[in-house]
Amino acid sequence: MSTSVPLGPVIDTTVAPDAARKVGDLTPDLLLTQEHHMCPGCGEPLVLRSFLEALTELDVAQRSVAVLGIGCYTSFGMTMDVDLIQALHGRAPSVATGVKRMLPDSIVFTLQGDGDMVNEGLQEVIHTAARGENVTCILLNNGVFGETGGHMTATTVIGQRTKNSLEGRDAEYHGYPILIGDLLARLDGAAYVARGSVHNAGAVARTKKMIKRAFEIQRDGGGFTFVEVLTMCPTGWFIPTVDGPEYLHDTLGEVHVMGELKEGGRIKSTEELYAENVKRQHEIESRLAAGGLEEEA
Amino acid sequence: MTAQEQVLMEGSEAIALAAIAAGCRFFAGYPMTPFTEVLEHFAKHLPGVGGTCINAESELEAVGMAWGALATGARAATGSTGQGLSLMQESFSEITLAELPLVIFNMARGQQDYFQATRGGGHGDYRHIVLAPMDISEAVELTQLAFHLADRWRNPVLVYGDYLTAHTRQAVTIDRIDFGGVPDKTWALDGSTTGTRASKLVSPLGFGKHGHPNPGIEQHLRKISAKHREIEQTEVRVESGYLDDAETVIVAFGTPAKFVRYVVQQLRAEGERVGYVRPISLWPFPYAAVTEAAQTARTVAVFELCAGQMIDDVRLGALGTAPVVGIGGISTDGSGFGVGPLLDAEHVRARILAVHRGGAGAELPRLPDNERTTG
Ligand code: SF4
Repeated sequence: MSTSVPLGPVIDTTVAPDAARKVGDLTPDLLLTQEHHMCPGCGEPLVLRSFLEALTELDVAQRSVAVLGIGCYTSFGMTMDVDLIQALHGRAPSVATGVKRMLPDSIVFTLQGDGDMVNEGLQEVIHTAARGENVTCILLNNGVFGETGGHMTATTVIGQRTKNSLEGRDAEYHGYPILIGDLLARLDGAAYVARGSVHNAGAVARTKKMIKRAFEIQRDGGGFTFVEVLTMCPTGWFIPTVDGPEYLHDTLGEVHVMGELKEGGRIKSTEELYAENVKRQHEIESRLAAGGLEEEA
Repeated sequence: MTAQEQVLMEGSEAIALAAIAAGCRFFAGYPMTPFTEVLEHFAKHLPGVGGTCINAESELEAVGMAWGALATGARAATGSTGQGLSLMQESFSEITLAELPLVIFNMARGQQDYFQATRGGGHGDYRHIVLAPMDISEAVELTQLAFHLADRWRNPVLVYGDYLTAHTRQAVTIDRIDFGGVPDKTWALDGSTTGTRASKLVSPLGFGKHGHPNPGIEQHLRKISAKHREIEQTEVRVESGYLDDAETVIVAFGTPAKFVRYVVQQLRAEGERVGYVRPISLWPFPYAAVTEAAQTARTVAVFELCAGQMIDDVRLGALGTAPVVGIGGISTDGSGFGVGPLLDAEHVRARILAVHRGGAGAELPRLPDNERTTG
C-alpha cells in the first residue's frame, strides 16, 4: 500500500516572484549569513533568531559564549557570530559549567536538541540545574532525531510515528516520554524553567520573551535557567512542510505544554499551564473580535 | 614555602600542589581509589589561589567541565583511575581534535593501563603525550612539564602514576619550574569577540565560521596527525644505564622502574653485565633507545605488573635483533587497587637473574600470591 502526499504547485525558489519586494533588512546583527543548511519548514532557525536578538537587545552580546550539542542545529555554529564551543553529543552543560566557572561575568548558554539533552546527556542537564549553575540551557524539542532521519527520542509522544516506532510510540513497548521541563522545575537549583514553541507568530514572540527572561536572570546571577522550545521537523515527521506547525501544536504541543513552568519560585503543573493557555486563547479571540490586537509589552 | 625547602608529603598532595604551581586553576574529578586523594587535594588547595575544583557527577562530566575551562584559556586538568578514564575516552579523542591542552592524571589500579594510556579506547588517530614518573619527586617535575607540553603542543598530556605514587610519602620541593615560553592562546574565547564578525570557534570538527577558513574534517585530521609526527620526533624522554656491555637489558617504566634500577645497580656492583632502559615518555615511546640496546644485548626483558602491555612497544623497538621476554606478571593487592607482592626487590632480582643466566627461554620463579590468595 502506498499513500501519495499532495505536493501542490512546484514553486521555483531560485528567482524572486514578481510581486516580491524587500520591506527592510531584518537579519539579526549576530548572524553572519542568511545561508543555512536546514530543511524547508524547520523550526530551529526561528529559535536561533530569537536568542540572537535577545542577546543584542539585552546588550550582553560581547560577553556571550555558546556551547553547541550535536544535531541539525550544529550547523548554526558556522553562521552565528558568537564565541562558540562545539561539544560532544549530550555534553554541553558540563562544558558550559567549565566556561562559567572561569568566566563568571559571561553569559553562557547551551543549544541542544531533545536527542542530545534528554537522551544522551540527561544527567548533565539535571546536575547542572541541581547545582544551580548560572548558565542557560536551550532545548530544541521536536520529538525526533532529525539529523539521523526521524528516529524516536525520549520526548517522542505516545502515538507519534518515527522510524523506530512505525506504528506510533507505544507506552508498553517503548516507554513514556520525559517531560524534561517539568522534571527540572522541581530542582531547587533551577531559577527559571519555561517551554515555548514556534508553531505560530504569537508563540515565537512568547518564546523570545522566555529566552530574554532566562538571560536576564543569568545576567543577574539568579541561577540555572532553562528554555525548552518545541520546533517543527517536517522531514523527521514525514509530513508535508506546510503541515508542520499544526502537527506540532496537535501532537507534541498537547503533551509538552507551553508556558512558564517555574518563575519566581512558583512551579506550575501541566494542567495549570494548559488552563492558562486556553484562557489566553479566548482572550486573544475576543480582543480580535473587538477590533484587533495591540502588541503586548 | 621558600625555595629549596623540602616537605615530607603524600604523592597525591604533591601532584596537586605541583599542578597549582604550574598555574592549574581548574580541576574536576570523581572519587575513585587510588586517585581520590588527588581530587581531595585539588579541592583543598585550588580555592585559595582563586581556582575551582568541582566534584563532578561522573567522569563524563568531569572531563566536560575541564573542556569548558580549557576553552577559556585556563590551565585545567582532570583525572581518575584507568576505570574512570575509560569513561572519558570519547571526550579525550575529541579534545585532542579540538586541540585543547588538557592534563590528565591516572593513578592506575593494580591492573596497569599502559594500553589505555598509549593506545587509548577512544576513536580515531588521536595521541596523548604520556609521562610516567618513577617516584613522587619526579611526579612533581613531570606534572609541571605536562602543563607546559600541553600548551606547547595544544594536545592532551597524561601523567601516569599508581597506588604508590599517590599514597606514599617523600620529601619534595615544590617550586614553579620554568620550561620556557608557550604560544599565546589566541584561540581561547571569553565572549568578547561575539558580534565582531571575528567571533571564535573551538571545535573538534574542522569547520570555521562563515567567511573564515573551513578546512573540513579531512584536512583537519591530517593537520593533527602531522603535529603528532612532530611530537614523536621531539618529545621522547628516556633514562638508561649500564647499556654499553649489557648482556641482559631490562625495560620498565613508572614505579616498577625504580625497583628495576635499584636491582640493576646492585647486580652491577656484583659484576653482572645487566643494564636498563626506563621510558619516561610512554608516548612518544623511546623506540630508538630500545633498538640500540637490543643491538648488543643477548636478551631484552620487560618488567611490568601486568600480563604484558608495554612489551608490544619493546618488541617494535627491538625489531627482532634480540629476543624480548616478559619477566613481570599480574600482581595486585587483595583489593585490586594497589600493588601486589611481586614489586619487591628480592622478586625483581630473582627474575632478572633467571633470564640473565638462562636466556629468553629460562623458567621464571613462580609469581608470589597476594595475602587474599594465600591467607
Ligand atoms: S531534519 Fe528536522 S530538525 Fe533537521 S533541519 Fe530538517 S526539519 Fe530541521
